[in-house]
Amino acid sequence: MVKIRFFEDKAYELFSQNMIPGTLHLYAGEEAVAAGVCGNLRIDDYITSTHRGHGHCIAKGGDLKRMMAELMGKKTGYCKGKGGSMHIADMSIGILGAVGIVGAGLPIAVGAGLSAKLRGTDQVCACFFGDGAANNGTFGESLNMAAIWKLPVIFVCENNLYAMSVPYSTAFAVKNIADRAAGYGMPGIVVDGMDVVEVYRATREAVERARRGEGPTLIECKTYRWRGHSRLKAHESKLYDPKEYEIWRRKDPINIFRERGYIEDEMLNKIEEEVASEIEEAVRFAVESPFPEPEEALDDVYA
Amino acid sequence: MREITYREALREALIEEMRRDERVFLLGEDIGPYGGAFQVTQGLIEEFGPERVRDTPISESAIVGTAVGAAMTGMRPVAEIMFGDLTALAMDQICNQAAKIHYMFGGQANVPMVLRTPFGGGVNIAAHHSQSLEAWFMHTPGLEVATPSTPYDAKGLLKTAIRRDNPVIFCEHKVLYPKKGPVPEEEYTIPFGAADVKREGGDITIIATLNMVHKALAAADRLAEDGVDAEVIDPRTLVPLDRKTIAESVMKTHKVVIVTEDCKTGGVSAELMAVVMEEAFDYLDAPIKRVAGTDTPIPFSPPLEGFVIPDEDRIIRAVREIVKGE
Ligand SMILES: Cc1ncc(C[n+]2csc(CCOP(=O)(O)OP(=O)(O)O)c2C)c(N)n1
Repeated sequence: MVKIRFFEDKAYELFSQNMIPGTLHLYAGEEAVAAGVCGNLRIDDYITSTHRGHGHCIAKGGDLKRMMAELMGKKTGYCKGKGGSMHIADMSIGILGAVGIVGAGLPIAVGAGLSAKLRGTDQVCACFFGDGAANNGTFGESLNMAAIWKLPVIFVCENNLYAMSVPYSTAFAVKNIADRAAGYGMPGIVVDGMDVVEVYRATREAVERARRGEGPTLIECKTYRWRGHSRLKAHESKLYDPKEYEIWRRKDPINIFRERGYIEDEMLNKIEEEVASEIEEAVRFAVESPFPEPEEALDDVYA
Repeated sequence: MREITYREALREALIEEMRRDERVFLLGEDIGPYGGAFQVTQGLIEEFGPERVRDTPISESAIVGTAVGAAMTGMRPVAEIMFGDLTALAMDQICNQAAKIHYMFGGQANVPMVLRTPFGGGVNIAAHHSQSLEAWFMHTPGLEVATPSTPYDAKGLLKTAIRRDNPVIFCEHKVLYPKKGPVPEEEYTIPFGAADVKREGGDITIIATLNMVHKALAAADRLAEDGVDAEVIDPRTLVPLDRKTIAESVMKTHKVVIVTEDCKTGGVSAELMAVVMEEAFDYLDAPIKRVAGTDTPIPFSPPLEGFVIPDEDRIIRAVREIVKGE
């Protein structure tokens, strides 16, 4: 969680200094979801990620240097500068890629789950997606297919209460997205997405179930994006209720973890120090890395 | 004449048409209080209310399908798809439903809807948010395809699009939104199928679309310093296409360069080239040249993106190769 937080804060700072082109969708505030889910996964398990994907990638074990280089469009980045912030992937540790198309990761996760089943392994795939994505057709089609074929997929809905500018209440007629799971014949669980232990426990059960061949689970994590949709800071937009923002801002997943006594202050401080220097190193690596040669744009279109 | 941005021109067209015809309504993602990802619908919900400026969930297929159903039954919807790339999610509703209904049902029903969406690269957001997919829709009989390059064209063409009885794919370009240009205060519309000569010249015809019109004009200015007088033609609507204006220009200049941002293979430039061959082959003094996007997805990193999207230098090089045999 600390790594994700520091990475995101640094990315925001670099973006403000025009060191990162394009746009950024920051994960700060949602760390407990990625950490709690990926804490249950083995290196050979899979995840599919979203446009807000840095946290998923870090929690699954992604390399900070190559991530930072990708954000800056450098040759040494995960995608050789072709993908940028929204499209980081690392096949070697099961990160099947972040997607810019909302909801596109769900069927891909079904495919990864099917493949694990066909190959006879006990791998699982955790599929991250937002509340907004739950209104795309891919949601229904994917949940249904995963359920009828009892695939080892954990659908992790990160309900941060907004899809771009659209509040949850105006885009859903149900109280919880997890309520929809019943319609597809799978368990639907709601957890506090600011509590990493709660996310961890719910995911553990879902992963065990998936590995036993009993099929998919939908876990809805109630969370909040601290920095708004993309470049926008949440609390600077007229569309947000400042009171709501303050309430969620106080539910800091790292603080909650500390306050509940899961970690000693001393240990946390040590982790923070280590992570800070790791981030500095990643930034140095990214800054010193070259941009790709323009003609490299023509490479990799076909295998 | 006053100057307004492409974005403001589009917004004015929507406002005027909504005031004129109560059947016109808007639907799309974040178009309400937020005002649209590119701020085209800014403030419209205040005048027209949430019934007529309808925020939708992230459900592209349902957005377009809803527009089709509403259009068949007496309304005139204008749907916004936030990025052109996302039309892919609604392809069945666009290409199998909207495009085919009038024909397949023997003319019994019309689908008078507009699908507004921004295409194009240039803002470093990689392959899922930067494509130019106009050719997909040109290749689908039953759809009309508009490609405005200036604020004047954007307003006049959008007003026409809303009044057409056919489904119109209204292709905007995301780097054009903040660009300013002259737009009259008084009411006007621009007919479909009427190309615009954006610059007159006698030595060579450059046919360009959307943002490439501006790059072609800048290239033409630089070529003029070199004594090459280029004519720049903007088709403005790809379907219906004004073959006559293109042919007349070629008959005058005898040389052609075609500039489009979409990738070359099977692209808009291929069709325009074929039209020149069909209409004016005998008048050509040199092979036609195409300056198009590379046959790659659009990459993120600035030096890579700069390489795949045509620029002035590439246009100038192509013209020189023809005019001076370089
Ligand atoms: C299919 C599709 N529709 C629209 C968009 C534009 N868009 C990008 S992110 C986003 C909001 C996504 O909301 P949600 O799934 O809740 O994820 P969050 O941003 O809250 O993490 C939208 C509308 C897109 N990229 N893809």
